[in-house]
Amino acid sequence: MEMNAKNTPAAPVVRIEDLTVRYPGGTVAANGLDLHIPSGQILAVVGESGSGKSTLTKALIGLLPAGTRVEGSIRFGGTEVTNLDVRRWRAIRGAGIGLVPQDPGSSLDPVKTIGSQLIEVFRLHPQRSVPKAQWRSRAIELLASVGVDRPEYRLGQYPHELSGGLKQRVLIAIAFALDPQLLIADEPTSALDVTVQRTVLEVFVSLARQKGTTVLFVTHDLAVATDIADRVLVMNSGRILEDRSVRSLITESTEPYTRALLAQATGSRQRPQPVAHAGIAIDVQEVSRTFGRGATAHRAVHQVSFQVPRGTTFSLVGESGSGKSTTAKLIMGLLDPQSGQIRVNGQRVGAAHGRRRHQLWRQAQLVYQNPDSALDPRQRIASIIAEPLLNYRLGDPRWRSGRVAELMEQVNLAPSLAAARPPQLSGGQRQRVAIARALASGAEILVLDEALSALDVLTQEQILALLQSLQREHGLTYLFISHDLHVVERISHHVGVMRRGELVESGSVHQVFTEPAHPYTRTLLAANPGQVLRELCPAAG
Amino acid sequence: MSVLTEQNTTPAGLPLPEPAPTTAAPAAGRPVRRWLGRWWMLLPLGLLLAWALVPGAFSAADPITGIPAQKLSAPSPAHPFGTDHLGRDVYSRVVHGTRQTLMTAGLACLIGSVLGSVLGLLAGTAGRAADAVAMRLVDVLLAVPAFLIALILVTATEPGPLSLGLGVGIASIAAFARLVRTEVLRVRSHDFVQAALMSGGGYFTVLRRHILPHVIGPVLALLAVDLGAAILAISGLGFLGFGAPPPTPEWGLLISEGRQYLSVAWWLTTLPGLVIVTAVMLTAALGRSINCAFRF
Repeated sequence: MEMNAKNTPAAPVVRIEDLTVRYPGGTVAANGLDLHIPSGQILAVVGESGSGKSTLTKALIGLLPAGTRVEGSIRFGGTEVTNLDVRRWRAIRGAGIGLVPQDPGSSLDPVKTIGSQLIEVFRLHPQRSVPKAQWRSRAIELLASVGVDRPEYRLGQYPHELSGGLKQRVLIAIAFALDPQLLIADEPTSALDVTVQRTVLEVFVSLARQKGTTVLFVTHDLAVATDIADRVLVMNSGRILEDRSVRSLITESTEPYTRALLAQATGSRQRPQPVAHAGIAIDVQEVSRTFGRGATAHRAVHQVSFQVPRGTTFSLVGESGSGKSTTAKLIMGLLDPQSGQIRVNGQRVGAAHGRRRHQLWRQAQLVYQNPDSALDPRQRIASIIAEPLLNYRLGDPRWRSGRVAELMEQVNLAPSLAAARPPQLSGGQRQRVAIARALASGAEILVLDEALSALDVLTQEQILALLQSLQREHGLTYLFISHDLHVVERISHHVGVMRRGELVESGSVHQVFTEPAHPYTRTLLAANPGQVLRELCPAAG
Repeated sequence: MSVLTEQNTTPAGLPLPEPAPTTAAPAAGRPVRRWLGRWWMLLPLGLLLAWALVPGAFSAADPITGIPAQKLSAPSPAHPFGTDHLGRDVYSRVVHGTRQTLMTAGLACLIGSVLGSVLGLLAGTAGRAADAVAMRLVDVLLAVPAFLIALILVTATEPGPLSLGLGVGIASIAAFARLVRTEVLRVRSHDFVQAALMSGGGYFTVLRRHILPHVIGPVLALLAVDLGAAILAISGLGFLGFGAPPPTPEWGLLISEGRQYLSVAWWLTTLPGLVIVTAVMLTAALGRSINCAFRF
């Protein structure tokens, strides 16, 4: 689907001039921003966390924390908004500027029905909305317009009865309720699965085009940005690096930062080299696991079989709830399978307990999704990495400190960080520490459970490169669990696609990505953002 | 939780600027002032401790035998807290009574915190059955008023500091057990506990290295607050006559004796009472400071 539209020249809805935002702590989060957004344009703002994109949106809707110093000018439809009081803001928020928040899970009031939350918008802005008698029918109309099925029935439902995708549609409906001139969407789909993301984006963009709404779409994903936007703004450390149309950004950009982002999003086609067959590291045979019993039983993993040859990467892809993480836990011996067999380096996993489970964990280690929670915040980096060495009583203290230094060098951590504690490190550095700890006791199999998804794109890139070089040098075997098809395509030798606990397709990465056999795999690949990017960037795709 | 928020947005790979050392002293006078700002209550609490350890150093007057000629004299430079109906110096009796009260309260806190923490750790880590048993035990303790438990234990056994401390201590087991259990469950939900187990750590290793350091802050804070509560409970029991026998100076007993002369000698109840209130408030402030120091 072509979601981009041609530029519509018109008077700017938003005119930002020389905007500088300084937080009370002294951080300059936005530095001399100049930006005009013409009416009806969809503008995507791309950048890592800390690049100032959230500050920009907060300044636009007047939600900067108290004590923040704002210099420069922000004009919204001719009104200067940098010094408005709360009452004047209230008239603009919702009616003039709508907001689609990031996390659909926590953005709806759990104790109110969908209907009352939709109608609340009309109640707050009576002069902008339809007469009271039509509120309900208008709400139903809105829900239908964002593609919510059975809208009348949904009005009486509570947020917990809706899926994440439906909740985000409701939030979009609320944002469009009063036909605002400008809509700010702050990472509206980053909490959703790819297939759901695709449909939600389609609904959102077609509604905005139809109503001629100006959209400021904040995202960290360049692939999503180029799919939907007319124009892309690349931000880094509080400055606008580039401000171009999608086509010119992809084909003409010379900014190194943008090129790096583009390279990441398109994925270089350097596949990992196939390795000589050296035996099977992980062997999963018809494994099943059901949670609960009776009517509430949930088949988390059903009859899953695959093999991972030593020294290669096998990726499991699928939506959340498809059983990927349960499979990882089964392999790590953290859960027992109800039927079937798992062998890691030839040893059975299911029956392992106590000492034998420790034997398994010396050969296979898990790297977690969230490096914040995976490292004890009170321990120093050196002692975190040394922990397995200490627990298995390997070597003497001198050998251990040498081994820690060696591991830190392997994962490219500066030796000066040995005495630091996790809260002082960035997300990428923390994930490096987690990898070093996993390798410390000599494990050659790593199970990476969404290990990159909590990181910024460029950090992901660095960790990915690290994983690949470790695999080359030490012959590591990876079981890589991810929902991000770009990453999977780059790192894997083999791919397995999971859906509702079943492995619907598996094969070499080339085979699965170019000739998908199962219809679900095709849906998943079609939903993968970055189509525009691939079209315009044939060299990479 | 502030621990989990990203505090540093420097891209990985680039060397981070060295974190500013927070303990280093830019000027000689400042760390002392900052330390005092947080821990000022340690000074008066230290004075109380000194009263308990060497009461003779703080009051020369005899706390047991008084001078009948000076009975019921109002506070004066010679007798800062006045004298009681037997002419004994009240200040001296307060100072000498500190040991009895603090020792009993300390014993109570020790029993409450140790037994409670063990129970809470068991409940939080040793599986579902242990959790159920420990928590139902705690429910039973919570169902009976704490003061009543202490009263029953003291009347059933020979009155004395030991039975008093035991009685008050048992009553505070429940609070410790609950606190430790919730803290353990909170810490356990972090991936690093599972990661520690997978790094080859045994049950006790993980408990010691990863769970206890996160739990200890709130427990110490509750300990300080509980000390105040125990002082109050012990003084209350002393007031009711379940504490030390009469000639022995003890804070609750002092107030109890002074009650009969409330109309003629206000200082007999008011001044020891103020000492108790101050001691309890100081321990509460200490608890708050400990809690702040362990949160980061």
